[in-house]
Formats: sequence, C-alpha cells, structure tokens
Amino acid sequence: MKHIVKILTLIMTITALWIGLLQTSMIPQSHTWLLPIYFVVSLGCYGLLMVGVGLMNFRTCPQEALLLQKDIVEAKEYLKQRGVDVSTI
Amino acid sequence: MDEQHQKGKDKYSIIVPTYNERLNIGLIVYLLFKHLRDVDFEIIVVDDGSPDGTQDVVKQLQKVYGEDRILLRARPRKLGLGTAYIHGMKHASGNFVVIMDADLSHHPKYLPSFIRKQKETGADIVTGTRYVKGGGVHGWTLMRKLTSRGANVLAQTLLWPGVSDLTGSFRLYRKSALEDIISRCVTKGYVFQMEMIVRASRKGYHIEEVPITFVDRVYGSSKLGGSEIVQYLKGVVYLLVTT
Repeated sequence: MKHIVKILTLIMTITALWIGLLQTSMIPQSHTWLLPIYFVVSLGCYGLLMVGVGLMNFRTCPQEALLLQKDIVEAKEYLKQRGVDVSTI
Repeated sequence: MDEQHQKGKDKYSIIVPTYNERLNIGLIVYLLFKHLRDVDFEIIVVDDGSPDGTQDVVKQLQKVYGEDRILLRARPRKLGLGTAYIHGMKHASGNFVVIMDADLSHHPKYLPSFIRKQKETGADIVTGTRYVKGGGVHGWTLMRKLTSRGANVLAQTLLWPGVSDLTGSFRLYRKSALEDIISRCVTKGYVFQMEMIVRASRKGYHIEEVPITFVDRVYGSSKLGGSEIVQYLKGVVYLLVTT
C-alpha cells in the first residue's frame, strides 16, 4: 500500500469519527464543529514543538573541527614523506 | 545470508565519489587506514574526470597502500551521484558497501562503530545520524539548523520512515541490499539519499543508526536555498505517492 493511501485512510477514519460525533450529539454540537480546528492547531503545535526540541538537542561540536584539523596535519605529514602530492592548487 | 558472511570474513568496499578532491582524497585514505586497522576493506574511488589531478594523487596513493586496496574507477565526466555508486559497486568485491563523501564531512573514525553496530544487530543498513545523542554538526548557522530540523519533522510526520536522519549520506549497506534498493531509485541530489532509505525501510530491510558528527570545514558553506527547499518538498511528495 502506498504511503499516501495510509495517510488518507487515517484522515478518513478521523473524519468518519467526527461525523459520527456530530450525528450522535454526545457532546454539544457547537463543540464538535470546532474539533477539526483544534486538530489542525494541535498538529501545528506538535510540529513546532518537535522542531524546537530537535533544535535544542542539535549539538554543535567545535571540538570536532579542531580534532579534524589535527588529523589533517598528521595525514599531510605522513603522505608527504611517502611522496604523495598534498599541495593544493 | 551470503557465503562470505558465514565464514565470518566480512569485507567492506568503501565507495568514495570524487570531483576535484586532490587533497581530501589523500587525507581520507590515510584516515581510513588509520581507523580500520583490523578490517578487510578496499577503497573504490569513482572520479568524475576531475581537472585538478585527483586521479594522479590516487595513483600515488596506490603506490603507498597497494593497488588492491585502492581502486581507481574513473568516469569521463560528471555523471551524478546515484550512478557513481552503481559504477563503484560493479567493482566492489566486499559483501558490505560503505558510502561516504570525500570532503571529510564524514570522518572515517566513525566507521568502526558502523561495523560494530552491524555485527551486533545483523542489520542490512547502518546509517549515520546527526540527530541523536552523540551526533551533531559543526559550521552550521542557526538558520541552517532550523531549516534542517523543520525539513526533518515534515518528512518524519508525513513519511514515518523509522530513521531519524533521512538526508545523511554516510551509510553502510549489505551489498545485496544496496543493489536491490539503488535499482529502484530515480531521484537525484540529497532527495536521492532520502529515497534510498525510505525505500529500504518500506521493503522491510533492517536499518540501524549510529551517531556521527558532521563537520562543515568552510563555515556556513552548507546553505539551503529556496530551490533546494522546493526540490526537497517535491521529493517528499514523490515519496508519499510512490512508496
């Protein structure tokens, strides 16, 4: 099953549940009408939250750049001794 | 499970596509030999006709390390990343294939953890991720980080790939898995990396992740412009309807 079908099925199931709620009037209709808006808003909040959390846990590692510089110096030294051209043009 | 694996003798073919990497290719070869001492591996350099003499440097490296360890499989001109992997794979004698960039943003020191993870879990694919504990980046502006995370959340929400880093390209593949997946992929650029891992995930391949740090040596060089974002969004939609 293509992934889009899965997502559409999910959306249709939710819609069906919502229509069911509208029909049965288990909760006041005025509230039920607002549910899709709540749904979209909470989806947006979820997205923003995930981006925020992701950004907070996204490490910057300056020490890695320093280590790499050391590795580069070491590698150049070794290769030069063995006749490999390590000049830049 | 293939024959080589049963004998417990895994060989790793490391495919490095290059274009004008005369300095970096030497550095990466040195670092690979430094960090993979007890591992049977070969390096396959797929050079797309670099005018800067990358191929001459590779030939010098072959004299130092041996022509059986470093294979130069050049192509006449720039022909794209996907076909570079296919080209390299044709010459690969290992039962595992490693794919990495030549610009040192992927450090060879992480490869032992890829190999260990594969042995521990028996995974078909081990992919490097910048987004988990122990991973990270260097040289990215806040804006770049924000776009990256936003793009990631979007893809995670829509595609449910089961992998945290979709666009990273530092990966270890069981050769048979890579051959199978790559033949189904049609996109280019970094959407191609995303397509590979999503298709692999859909086909039920066992995918594991290890943290890596990604170092951009020229600060702020890695920018995501408007056209890249459009390309990315198209890629997500394409994967939604085809996988």
